[in-house]
Amino acid sequence: MYRYDHCDQAMVDARVAEFRDQCQRRLDGRLSEDQFKPLRLMNGLYLQLHAYMLRVAIPYGTLSGAQMHILADIADRYDRGYAHFTTRQNVQYNWIRLEDAGDILADLASREMHAIQTSGNCIRNISSDHFAGAAADEVCDPRPYAELLRQWSSFHPEFSYLPRKFKIAVIASPTDRAAMKLHDIGINLVRNNEGELGAAFYVGGGMGRTPMIAPLIREFVPLDQLITYAEACLRVYNRHGRRDNKFKARIKILIHELGADEYRRQVEAEFEHLLAQDIEPPFAELERLREFFGDPGFEDLAEAELDRSDPEFALWADRNTHPHKQPGYVSAIVSLKPVGGIPGDATSAQMRLMADLATQYSFDECRVMHTQNIVLPHVRKADLHALWSRLDEAGLATPNLDQIDDIIACPGLDYCSLANARSIPVAQKISQRFAANGKGDTLGELKLKISGCINACGHHHAGHIGILGVDRKGVENYQLLLGGSEADDTSLAKITGPGFDEDGIVDAVETATDVYLANRADGERFLDTYRRIGMAPFKEALYG
Amino acid sequence: MIILTGNDLASGAVTWWAGSEWSRDVADAVDVGEEADAIAAREEAARRVNVPYAIKAEIGPDGTVRPAHIKDRIRGLGPTVRPDLTLKPGDANAVHEVI
Repeated sequence: MYRYDHCDQAMVDARVAEFRDQCQRRLDGRLSEDQFKPLRLMNGLYLQLHAYMLRVAIPYGTLSGAQMHILADIADRYDRGYAHFTTRQNVQYNWIRLEDAGDILADLASREMHAIQTSGNCIRNISSDHFAGAAADEVCDPRPYAELLRQWSSFHPEFSYLPRKFKIAVIASPTDRAAMKLHDIGINLVRNNEGELGAAFYVGGGMGRTPMIAPLIREFVPLDQLITYAEACLRVYNRHGRRDNKFKARIKILIHELGADEYRRQVEAEFEHLLAQDIEPPFAELERLREFFGDPGFEDLAEAELDRSDPEFALWADRNTHPHKQPGYVSAIVSLKPVGGIPGDATSAQMRLMADLATQYSFDECRVMHTQNIVLPHVRKADLHALWSRLDEAGLATPNLDQIDDIIACPGLDYCSLANARSIPVAQKISQRFAANGKGDTLGELKLKISGCINACGHHHAGHIGILGVDRKGVENYQLLLGGSEADDTSLAKITGPGFDEDGIVDAVETATDVYLANRADGERFLDTYRRIGMAPFKEALYG
Repeated sequence: MIILTGNDLASGAVTWWAGSEWSRDVADAVDVGEEADAIAAREEAARRVNVPYAIKAEIGPDGTVRPAHIKDRIRGLGPTVRPDLTLKPGDANAVHEVI
């Protein structure tokens, strides 16, 4: 994985010193809150419902064991012994003291981490496929390109004050595991007919109050023009994005209003202009970055069958592992979704265990999934049972990847000042309901996603079943949506009808799954059945 | 009644105006009537509170102060999904009372 050079470290250390000083100036009154707020947000420090919240960047979701350890230490030293992994592959702490912010950033910097650009109208953390470098279906490892984009976008003076926040995802597989088309820019690394690697640019996707699937703006950008084309995309947005209206300021609105063809025309013109200025980083820099992401020294193993004599292990192995490009290895998914638990939360003890297991079994590497689980990307099949046993002891081996209880849920009104309703209790009740009635095991792949407000941090638009919490005259109310997907078959979910109260939405989810089970054809997922039979049977069952 | 709330500048903890000082307990909140803006401005200038704002509240059946909106009731208690981290970790009914 990437390691800081002296420039990276100097930049991050300087930012720590700068923010430490800014915090002190706020505490002693030299800065007002109005002056300080944009400064703290540039360092990922929010003021949430109960305290300050710090969001730490995890570039493309990749962590070393040492980095996971320092995250656990911060949870104990400065917070309340836990952290929350987010749908942007980041991690958040909910109980931060302003007095401690400088020390926390210093601790992060000591392990080559920071909280820069985890808020504000800038280019946010670059996300990627959590199986990058391990997946059998990728055309290349997307992480060197994500890292190049990270370096390009960090402190980019032209893009530090965009009309609105800007999110980029990079993948390199036909299977989209990063919700690529629901980002401001989604980059899919592909091979053209000549076998050359390049980048397909999808621009103008997003969720939030106006969900949109990004249109394909350019089918193939040569890799030695990647940054130049990204810069052209950003420039057109920066020039024409709606700074007068926060709710119309995202690039998706610009492209929707301009039309994809006109946006593409302007980007191409800007691209030609920039090519003449030769702004692309030297290709040697990309080659240098690639060296950080080489294979970690896989053993030359024969493909082996697992010992399936332990049924609990066999179920977990079936559900929570993913094929690896290297024979004899798999990627193992650590579930942060125990039945009745809080999706994405991990205690400091669990984080230390994951760090140690990453070191012991996965070449010292783990990944944060946007679905709020953790991946150990390179595990020998021969080690899988031992790994599972350790995870099981710590409550981290729930066999539920992509099952109905593998729920994405934003922090909701329990923590977030923007939320209108609580998300987590609904997730807890649903997972408990389906564990108790035994239906969960009959449903197969079913992605359920819950947001506590229209900003859609819980990706409800992209859930096979989505739930949106709203405020109805001061009372929590929940809308049910069906038919969304953030995979390569990206689609936006549709609202079924009037909303439900907290218990009612749990019943409604069960009703929707009953309709699916009654209509399922062989091999169909919930989403497939919904797409085949449409909304009407679900509405009939829900509302009569 | 109108009560005043905000966050402690240094810790970020939720605080409530109790008449002469800020309290962590919403039960201590007092009716500030039309003085909300004046108190908020004075206290914020002195850095005894951060981002204060006035909200509606009522006196509940048990005589305690109850913010009108669920968001402020959750602020007053803590996250409903972590009773151990609320201000009333030993009170099994506390979470139900804020919802």
